[in-house]
Amino acid sequence: MNASIIRLYALLLALFATVVGFTSYWAIFDADELRERPDNRRSLIEAQKVPRGTITTVDGTEVAVSVPQGSGDQRIFVRDYPGGELFGHPVGYSFVEFGSSEIERSENDVLIGRDNEFVSIIEQLEGQVDEGSDLTVTLDAEAQQIAQDGIESAISVPETGGALVAIEPDTGAVRAMVSEPGYDPNLVPDQFKQLNRDEGSTPLVNRATQSTYPPGSTMKVVTATAALDSGEFETSTTLNADSGIDVSGVPLANAGGEDFGTISMTDALTNSVNTYWAQVGEQLGPETMVSYMERFGFYEDPPLNFPTDELTPSGVINADRDLVRDGFDVGRVAIGQGGAEGQLLATPIQMAMVASAVANGGELMEPTLLQEVIDPDGRTTDELDPDVQSTVMSEDTAAEVAEMMTNVAEEGTASGLSVAGATLAGKTGTAELDIEAGINQAWFIGFAPADDPQIAVAATIERCQGCFGGDTAGPIATDVMGSLLGE
Amino acid sequence: MSARNRELLALIPVAVLITAGFTAVFIVQSNQIGDLSLTYGAYFLAVCVATHMVIRIRLPHADPYLFPLVALLAAFGLVILFRIDESLAVKQASLFVVGLALFVLTITLLRDYEVLERYRYVIALTGIVLLILPRFPLIGEQVNGAYLGIDLGPISFQPAEAAKICVVIFLASYLREHREVLVVGARRVLGLILPPLKHFGPLLVVWGAAMLMLIVIRDLGSSLMFFGAFLAVLYVATSRISFVLIGVVMFVIGAWVLSSTVGHVGDRVDIWLDPFGRGAPEGAGQITQSLYAQADGGLFGRGLGSSLLELPGPFAPECAQPFPDCGSLLPAPHTDFIYAVIVNELGLFGAVAVVITYILIAERGFKTAVLARDGFGKLLAAGLTAVFALQAFVILGGVVRVIPLTGVTLPFVSYGGSSIVANMVLLALLLVISDRARRPEPARRRAPDLEPREAPA
Repeated sequence: MNASIIRLYALLLALFATVVGFTSYWAIFDADELRERPDNRRSLIEAQKVPRGTITTVDGTEVAVSVPQGSGDQRIFVRDYPGGELFGHPVGYSFVEFGSSEIERSENDVLIGRDNEFVSIIEQLEGQVDEGSDLTVTLDAEAQQIAQDGIESAISVPETGGALVAIEPDTGAVRAMVSEPGYDPNLVPDQFKQLNRDEGSTPLVNRATQSTYPPGSTMKVVTATAALDSGEFETSTTLNADSGIDVSGVPLANAGGEDFGTISMTDALTNSVNTYWAQVGEQLGPETMVSYMERFGFYEDPPLNFPTDELTPSGVINADRDLVRDGFDVGRVAIGQGGAEGQLLATPIQMAMVASAVANGGELMEPTLLQEVIDPDGRTTDELDPDVQSTVMSEDTAAEVAEMMTNVAEEGTASGLSVAGATLAGKTGTAELDIEAGINQAWFIGFAPADDPQIAVAATIERCQGCFGGDTAGPIATDVMGSLLGE
Repeated sequence: MSARNRELLALIPVAVLITAGFTAVFIVQSNQIGDLSLTYGAYFLAVCVATHMVIRIRLPHADPYLFPLVALLAAFGLVILFRIDESLAVKQASLFVVGLALFVLTITLLRDYEVLERYRYVIALTGIVLLILPRFPLIGEQVNGAYLGIDLGPISFQPAEAAKICVVIFLASYLREHREVLVVGARRVLGLILPPLKHFGPLLVVWGAAMLMLIVIRDLGSSLMFFGAFLAVLYVATSRISFVLIGVVMFVIGAWVLSSTVGHVGDRVDIWLDPFGRGAPEGAGQITQSLYAQADGGLFGRGLGSSLLELPGPFAPECAQPFPDCGSLLPAPHTDFIYAVIVNELGLFGAVAVVITYILIAERGFKTAVLARDGFGKLLAAGLTAVFALQAFVILGGVVRVIPLTGVTLPFVSYGGSSIVANMVLLALLLVISDRARRPEPARRRAPDLEPREAPA
């Protein structure tokens, strides 16, 4: 019987070990996920008992402040957003009853003073009450306002929207991020249901990070990078670019059915010649295209300091909404479209990262909204520390692509655009969504000054009628660039 | 050092721990170090030392670690209860004293545990009556769909706590007598070793009783604990893993049928499988709050008294009952979810300390079984230890989502008189067996049935 008793003991040991294993899983390994769950009100309630840190922009505009209500033990702090709708995206909101979103959610630990467990243990021993740290975000209030006004006036069709993202190429700092239609976070407690239920204009969705659209011809910047950096093409490589060439068994036409004859790559980008770039895509093949897309950050969530469920990866997406890496019409993906086997879809922030990587000599910096964290004692506990996300291309390639994009702005599809006092490099995109009704997705990506880039932007307008990237999205992007460069 | 001195010595760190725990809660809740925590610590030590003196006289050879380990669990429980609500800790402390009194009574009256064998059918009947009592009209009490408590006006208790001891005594006695025939008469059918039907009949009755219990009291956790104890004793008695496997399969079938027919058992299973799902039944919030509390604890915890438990004014619901029955972010923090409070405040480290205490108690219990010189003592010690450890596992496992959550108590830690009193009696029985097992005996001729040979594997 003794052997059986020992085996029984071993079994119970195993059961208790399982309990310890599960406890470790919830308390340590899955703890961040559990803390971030929207229905977990724990940190929100605790946060309301201590003043939550103030959020300001880098230019000193107050975005979110905590206002005391009641007194004594019953005193709580409630969030107020002085900027209203201006920072609804990407700062988000934080209310006990309705949860939190965007930066208010992803930087919650910082804002309630729990960012450093070691410090908080010492403070507990000293009997100190937790207090939140202040957060400075990289946004610029004026640029944010210009972008918002621009997109608002560019929206012409009901229940559509637009978005803009401006990134500092050498740091990854997001200087403007706008998603229209937006919402006023102060109204969340009163109107949460209406805001959440509005499925037509989805004001609570941050289109800049969550919505994906066909990027149209702006994708040719990615294709050009792959072509030049892989060494298979040069800017002078010529191809026949007449309309009607066969791409994946289906004839492809240029805009307006135009025939361009035999042209160089530079000319093909300047005039956004579909047939040229589709052939480039086909010669490179899906493997090379996908590997360059991955270098640009496609196929994964952008490494922005944002809640993961408020980020969407870009890439070729099939009918089941899965990302696919081969078996698609690579010629049409190369010009920002796709086919039945896979449609290329990208978020505005992803396209801003494309422009930013080219602008920064081929090095893509991780995008971030965090400029600085200041603890209640006034010490800076964290600050923007630029991280390289990937080296997308060689410096030479980046210079060549930038040169071609400058040509686009000088004499090509973006020649109507300019930024005061700076040369512009850019690429337009007009993805046709409904040819009969003339519904397009208008895009512009670019950076300035072209010879010493300080700011890279992507702007897009959803489902606009009869619109073109250069006319509709372009001016908003250049206005934002002008504002940020004029500081 | 003698066993008793080791026991006495081991009580000192326990008393220090409880004093430190009370002090920590004091500091956090009122920003002061009163001498009250020292007084509480001294009371605790005094009561434990008094009990120790009785053990010293009555059971001089008994295992020296079991009692201090149990005192450690009780200390843990008292500190956490004190942190939740002072009055709960005061009530629990008096229940602890009542439990110790029953412990002393048991070891004083029960001079020879073989007397239990003689009354095994009476004991079995008592156990069954206790189990179905909660279904009787007027006194029965239903909580969350399960029938576990009875309410007799001034006092209410959970009879299942006492019933588990009765059931184990009966099983140990019955199987001590029939183990030989169960093993010898076994035959191989389709590759499975089956016991002879004639002797297996009573065991089928036990299975039926477990199923019936599932239907009567509708609590998966209690049935799991009872049936698990049954299989444990059966396995120790026969060394036949096939008997256990048959039992497990039968239990799973029964539990599955029941969970698909009894709504509230099925709900518990659904919640267990997907507590976060949109379609999760009402009550899923309990387990998600438990997981959130654990996630909040991390490696070292938030510190005693520093976790968020009582909802501040604006967030508290309208309450008819006082905290912690209402107005607590984590439901039932003093009973079902006390382990989640421990993880939240003392972190993974504190939680592992609690689990290790249970493991050590199980180790001492099984050691007692191994050392016992007679079949009944062996089976009884193993069975009592198994049912105790299984009870701890069932509620711990429920709180950390290893198994569906059910309403058994965490022995010696969670709030509740029946649990503490019954488990004190269980401890008393273990120590009585241990005293005889460890008593140095003059060399004498061994009776042939005292050291039964191992069944052929």
